[in-house]
Amino acid sequence: MVSFADTLVQGVLLGGLYALFAAGLSLIFGVMRLVNLAHGDLIVLAAFLILSLITALGLNPFVAALIALPIMFALGFVLQLQVLNRTLGPDILPPLLVTFGLSIVIQNGLLEAFSADSRRISVGLLETASLPVGPISIGVMPLLTFLSAVAVIVGLNHLFYRTELGRAFRATSDDKVTASLMGIRPERIFAVATGIAMIVATIAALYLGARANFDPTIGPARLIYAFEAVIIGGLGSLWGTLAGGVIIGVAQTFGAAINPEWQILLGHVAFIAVLLAMPRGLFPRPTD
Amino acid sequence: MVSTPEAWRVTTRTKASAVFMPLAVAAILAALAAPVFASRAAIQDLFFMLTMLVLAQCWNLLAGYAGLVSVGQQVFVGFGGYAMFALVVLAGLDPLLAILIAGVATTALAVLTAQFVFRLQGAYFAIGTWVVSEVVRLLVAQWTALGGGTGTSLPARAAREMFGVAMASRAFGFRSAQAVDTVCYWLAVVLAAGTIGFIYGLLRARQGLALAAVRDNQEAARAVAVDSHRIKTFVYLAVAFITGLTGALIYVEKARISPNAAFSVLDWTAYVIFIVVIGGIGTIEGPIVGVVVFMILQTMLADYGSWYLLILGVIAIVVMLFARRGLWGLFTERTGIQFFPVRRILVGTPFSTVKEAGAFADQAHQV
Repeated sequence: MVSFADTLVQGVLLGGLYALFAAGLSLIFGVMRLVNLAHGDLIVLAAFLILSLITALGLNPFVAALIALPIMFALGFVLQLQVLNRTLGPDILPPLLVTFGLSIVIQNGLLEAFSADSRRISVGLLETASLPVGPISIGVMPLLTFLSAVAVIVGLNHLFYRTELGRAFRATSDDKVTASLMGIRPERIFAVATGIAMIVATIAALYLGARANFDPTIGPARLIYAFEAVIIGGLGSLWGTLAGGVIIGVAQTFGAAINPEWQILLGHVAFIAVLLAMPRGLFPRPTD
Repeated sequence: MVSTPEAWRVTTRTKASAVFMPLAVAAILAALAAPVFASRAAIQDLFFMLTMLVLAQCWNLLAGYAGLVSVGQQVFVGFGGYAMFALVVLAGLDPLLAILIAGVATTALAVLTAQFVFRLQGAYFAIGTWVVSEVVRLLVAQWTALGGGTGTSLPARAAREMFGVAMASRAFGFRSAQAVDTVCYWLAVVLAAGTIGFIYGLLRARQGLALAAVRDNQEAARAVAVDSHRIKTFVYLAVAFITGLTGALIYVEKARISPNAAFSVLDWTAYVIFIVVIGGIGTIEGPIVGVVVFMILQTMLADYGSWYLLILGVIAIVVMLFARRGLWGLFTERTGIQFFPVRRILVGTPFSTVKEAGAFADQAHQV
């Protein structure tokens, strides 16, 4: 019973990491219906950026991540304005193929710059610190990850539904042409949305790098869990994305508890099972 | 209604295509004769090029014509390869027979995966195909009889005793390893020619018109009674069959298989997508041009490691952004030449304006 509860808690916390990976995807999809296949690689890019700031300037990892935030925002802004905006339209091929190409370009660029070695962002004592809760012990880093995921989702929801910018996001998402008649410039709005998605990606990158080893090629493998979280959560629903991440995380930790080789497999099986039962995800939008 | 020889006719033939057909036949014959004069290394390169061409044609049929953008084609390559290995290693079949059965087995797998991926629309179809491929890879990695996660090798004897190898070895005086390469190469030529022939035939038939209608406007196509689900399912299964055959053939030649290599998204999907995008998506000529460019770039950049993929990715992005129809699209725009035209053209001479309209309506019905 204790081990069951322990597995469940670890799974929920792991789900927080996947929700962090997925929140940026969910945001971009919600605003401009763009499926970004390079999102995982952009997270890995952010992880390398944080690592470089730590080694070059001798900074604390959290401070380094703070400095990386505006850099990644600018990168997302320019990427959307100069490249991804050109792909938007009724045809789904250009965005898929351009982001797929981008994924390969980032991976190989990172391989050239940083080699294929495994890296890790060291956060010192935090790495092994844990809190005893009854018979279970909860790692501080996994807990921080989960809380960050919740904070990011609360923050994004606030941004979406309580601010001027959020109203512009929703208006552009609903009807680009009418929104532009109201003085909104969709291209700028999309660029800001991708910039914010890159801020979320940087937060995800910090936890990715601090919790496990990473190398330039792991992006797609992490991205697939993020997509699963977004899809089973219901497209465009941020709380759904968190629920989706938790389902994948729990399925994976239970898989690993049965047989280590089943960890990833059971996560995918959970994804397929949810979609077979609920083809539009757990929290679908009324129209789409 | 109008039966004189001067009446309107609907055709897809053009002058260029009429000139091209005998050239294509000559090219196939020359390709079949290549082992007589080309070196073994050249034959191996040509084999690789032809198998990539088949994969590219298949992906192009899916994405460029049926609107099914898949990033999980590696599932059919890997499953075809593994099915062939199982039939040869565990059941002791002749590799040639095993390739054919592997194609059928891959189609059976596709019937299962279609139940899932066809529930997803557009971009999420792409993610679905990718997840399916990962699931099959992880399951195959549990198959200890075929080496589990580390994979296994084909017994050297099995390939040597493949149908046709002894014959090739006697006829050309090749050592058995070279004879295996030669037979695999011939099979690849037949597979590539057959695939292009099949796709061209499909596109010129009623089904091709239905496919184009669905791609251009699914609702309008449904309004004129085109069953979009049925035509897409047919294309998906046909592509699975051909891709499965190709995977099986590739692994007869490689003679060594492992889950990570056989289900590699980079080798069997990323390269293939780049080939189609650079050459020109939505045309039969595009993948042919693309595979030639791909081989040239590979030869030129062989020593530069990951720069090669980086450059390939950048080229694909630039093409997608600024020349969406690829290199072949640029060429066709300027010259109007098409070797595999599928556009219906109205030819013939009208003999009165009234009958002209009637004949047009009549012919339009027959399309």
